[in-house]
Amino acid sequence: MATTTPARGSQSSARGLVRPTFSQPRRRLPYPFGLYQTAVGKKWVMGVTGIMMMGFVLVHMIGNLHMYEGPAKYNEYAEALRTVGGALMPREGVLWALRLGLLGAAALHIHSAATLTIINRRSRPLAYQSPRDYSAANFASRTMRATGIIVLLFVIFHLLDLTWGVFLGEDYITGDVYNNVTRSLSSLPIALLYLLANIALAVHLFHGAWSMFQSLGWNSPQFNQARRVFAAAFAGLILVGNLSFPILNLTGVVSQDSRTTPCVAEGGEETRICLGVNE
Amino acid sequence: MRITLKVWRQDGPTAPGSFETYDVPGVSPDMSFLEMLDVVNDRLTLDGKRPIVFEHDCREGICGSCGMMINGVPHGPERGTATCQLHMRKFHDGDQIVVEPWRSAAFPVIRDVAVDRSAFDRIIEAGGYISTPTGAAPDANLTLIPKPVADAAMDAAACIGCGACVAACPNSAAQLFTSAKLAHLNLLPQGQAERWARTEAMVETMEEFFGSCTNHGECREACPKEISLDFIAMMNRDYVKSKRKNRKLLSQIR
Repeated sequence: MATTTPARGSQSSARGLVRPTFSQPRRRLPYPFGLYQTAVGKKWVMGVTGIMMMGFVLVHMIGNLHMYEGPAKYNEYAEALRTVGGALMPREGVLWALRLGLLGAAALHIHSAATLTIINRRSRPLAYQSPRDYSAANFASRTMRATGIIVLLFVIFHLLDLTWGVFLGEDYITGDVYNNVTRSLSSLPIALLYLLANIALAVHLFHGAWSMFQSLGWNSPQFNQARRVFAAAFAGLILVGNLSFPILNLTGVVSQDSRTTPCVAEGGEETRICLGVNE
Repeated sequence: MRITLKVWRQDGPTAPGSFETYDVPGVSPDMSFLEMLDVVNDRLTLDGKRPIVFEHDCREGICGSCGMMINGVPHGPERGTATCQLHMRKFHDGDQIVVEPWRSAAFPVIRDVAVDRSAFDRIIEAGGYISTPTGAAPDANLTLIPKPVADAAMDAAACIGCGACVAACPNSAAQLFTSAKLAHLNLLPQGQAERWARTEAMVETMEEFFGSCTNHGECREACPKEISLDFIAMMNRDYVKSKRKNRKLLSQIR
């Protein structure tokens, strides 16, 4: 019997017992935005935004190493961040552009993760009734949601603590980063919180920095072996760098006592001498 | 060998199911897993009970019918084999073996451990074919294909559509199946004409039924044909590309 091939997608996908759990939107958004309406596209967005945030995490860690050069250099670095672009850019212009970019990346990353999680939960309404024996999924890959949420909550805490100075009160001095960091981290509970959050971040990166290669389709026999190594090295580097801050503050290697220069409030309208505050 | 078999029994797609335990003496280590189930079913039939419903066909590991969860692992403890190629010598005397159907919204249970895998057919219908003109068979060696390309396409084509990847995936995603089916056509010259339309259609049909990939790699471990995760990366790359390519192709129509 002669039949003609039906046009692609002309048949209904719901036949027999099987029902779709997710229906593709009837109207697709125009070209690059339509990608975000699909699960594979959302994973691609997660990969790209993940790279943006990895870049931030790396630069943030390296930048904070200036802490070990003493208060003068560290505060100079903080000031340099506000004047990136020199006279060509308004003060804090580049900084705010980067901040908004990161905020957008984080929002997309979280939104994709949340919506994909909903799809995944719906795809297996009845879980396995006998214990599952996983052989490839590791601790990092299976705790991505938990570590992601820990990192998100920590970032909110970290901004409240050191950008707005909510918890330091009187001790917070706008523009004197060295003062703020050392005061905050010399408290044991806060230092422990930083330790925990950065371990969660490293675990998240260990899977994420590998997973992004797959999501973005960066696959070649020439570098496939290096992808795992890269992810482990990146996560390890961030872990060691970021853990050193609370540990060295807690042990007193970096502290208020080691400062040799007076700190100055931002803008120079009000100058507070904070040398000897500890005495 | 004497084993204890704990099997999921369910009367129909909407009926509630539960595990039932059977004591199975007299199992030969040379039996395949399905032959062991045959023995159990013979005994159940003689006792006037309903035998365990499981799907099977070729029993030589190439049809993909016989998937089931054995002790929490798709197709059981032996890697790179389907359930029918798993032998009882992989177990020990006195073991308890738990058998459960694939769990996924896209794979409703028909009865006991047999599931309906027609969601895979929906994906294939969306583009898992090439439209060839009918007529005499083309000359051999008319279309030259480099050996590495032919090998890669063959590796992808080894997929038997058993559903173990979906069953193994913590998200119930069908990325390994879909990417294998895409790669086996998309790598070859014959598949190029429809490559981008195929990629878009098959991925979007897949997403209607299955979860989303989080790159655990469980599917690769469960796959009786050991299909590589590299195909998933290729599919992800091709899908994003297909959105752009198909937009361009649309503009050819006047």
